[in-house]
Amino acid sequence: MRKLKEFIIEKLILICGLASIFFVVLIFLFLLKEGLAVFSTVSPFKFLFGKNWYPISDPPQLGILPLILGSLLVTLGAAIISIPIGVGCAVYIAEVAPANLKEILKAGIELLAAIPSVVLGFIGMVTLVPFVKTFFHLPTGLTALSGSIMLAFMAMPTIVSIAEDALYSVPKTYKEGAFALGATHWQTIHRVMLPAASRGIVAAIMLGIGRVIGETMAVMMITGNAAVMPNSIFAPVRTLTATIAAEMGEAVVGSEHYFALFAIGIVLFIISFAINVTADLFLHKRQ
Amino acid sequence: MVNPVRNKKLEETSGRNNQETISNGVKFEIHDLNIWFGPAQVIKHVNMEIRSNEILSVIGPANSGKTTFLRALNRLNELNTNYRITGAIELEREDIRGIKVEELRRKIGMVFALPLPLPLSIFDNVAYGIRMHGERGKKKLEEKVEETLRQAYLWEEVKDRLSESAFKLSGGQQQRLCIARTLAVRPEVVLFDEPCSGLDPISTAKVEDAMVKFKEKFTIVLVTNNVKQAARVGDKTAFFLNGELVELDKTDRIFTAPQDKRTDGYVRGKFG
Repeated sequence: MRKLKEFIIEKLILICGLASIFFVVLIFLFLLKEGLAVFSTVSPFKFLFGKNWYPISDPPQLGILPLILGSLLVTLGAAIISIPIGVGCAVYIAEVAPANLKEILKAGIELLAAIPSVVLGFIGMVTLVPFVKTFFHLPTGLTALSGSIMLAFMAMPTIVSIAEDALYSVPKTYKEGAFALGATHWQTIHRVMLPAASRGIVAAIMLGIGRVIGETMAVMMITGNAAVMPNSIFAPVRTLTATIAAEMGEAVVGSEHYFALFAIGIVLFIISFAINVTADLFLHKRQ
Repeated sequence: MVNPVRNKKLEETSGRNNQETISNGVKFEIHDLNIWFGPAQVIKHVNMEIRSNEILSVIGPANSGKTTFLRALNRLNELNTNYRITGAIELEREDIRGIKVEELRRKIGMVFALPLPLPLSIFDNVAYGIRMHGERGKKKLEEKVEETLRQAYLWEEVKDRLSESAFKLSGGQQQRLCIARTLAVRPEVVLFDEPCSGLDPISTAKVEDAMVKFKEKFTIVLVTNNVKQAARVGDKTAFFLNGELVELDKTDRIFTAPQDKRTDGYVRGKFG
């Protein structure tokens, strides 16, 4: 009886374990099947590097370069803003802040993480967008820059909390060792604490960027959604994710447009995967 | 208790030292030192002098305050927020609270119980302190690193693998690396906090040899749980119990004719 129970539980856990892999494989296969179909009408090169995205003209022009650049531009901008602020914030919380302020800051960061992205996008639309418009004297505030700033706010909680954890878990003895050598607080932080926590900090940054690349709702609301080649960070752009979200509803199932959207999904998948692999390689090289 | 050969050696050492002591200046003067962590008083009314170019061994059972005493000398206790201190510690007649803490810690190096290399290469571990105190020239840096590694009896073992991670060294090598790192900034005093507690006897002997050699250049304070180690390397020995300094005297006197019964009991291994 006992043995039977053990057996059943063991198998149940096995099934749970396999299920996650099974579903991932299933999703990936589906994505491939639907997405690769588009390449029967348009060459992969033309798809990736075509400058025109007119999916419903006749014949449809399916070049996603403007979308890829849109995503990269917004992500890059968000990374440039959020990485220094996020890591700096983590260092402040982990190393400098007095105990009570530390708690307040941590609670604040968690609150920031709890804001749904659509709400953040909405607030960005009514506050940030007009601000960017008047501040830079632009015809419209719906630009890649607005998206970057907004997404930086979304990446920040991830970066701060994970980087702070990484710094916190650096053994106290390292710090004492550096202090005992006559290092100042800042020397200790930048020559000992940051290198020792670098793995965790890189992971934090990668996860933050991962969140930015995958974000859909907020960018759709404030980047202007113009699927044209962006010529600067002050121009409206459209990201890969926003394209799928905006157009999937109206694409005719089985049409070229429909397959193209799935192919965009594959591209997104590859980008995310590449980010994770790079992070992984970097992390393991450090050790 | 102490074996005769060892004892004889001790007498020789301290005999030679007697003459030196006359010329030796006072390095530390400690007046009525009291230390609390929160409500608990861990050091009680300690008065003592530590002289230059001597090894002072500090012995005592666990919780006797010896490590706290040691960490008071380079103000490392101040990392604890609930730490409170009264009395005065003077380094060459200057109150250590008046010295910039980084400067103080450069003058007073410290070697910890567990070897704790920084997460850097062997070379960078030693170069760390040198760089921190302003030396940038590559050639100069290399010279200094080699010189210090030789002083710590480590050069021969690591000269071909300086760029490897310090974590790849054995425990004994790591500890000598930490000693080299401490020496690299040219301190005046080196504090050893149970430096051999995790080491095998051969590594311990190497570290002890190094310490005896160092006292020509530095003042050494050695906290140790190993009473025999205190007898082997200490010129003077201080016995702490429950935060009080029970007795401080020449090492051979502490081990052969202690004035206090409690000291006698401890060095004979009756408790602790």
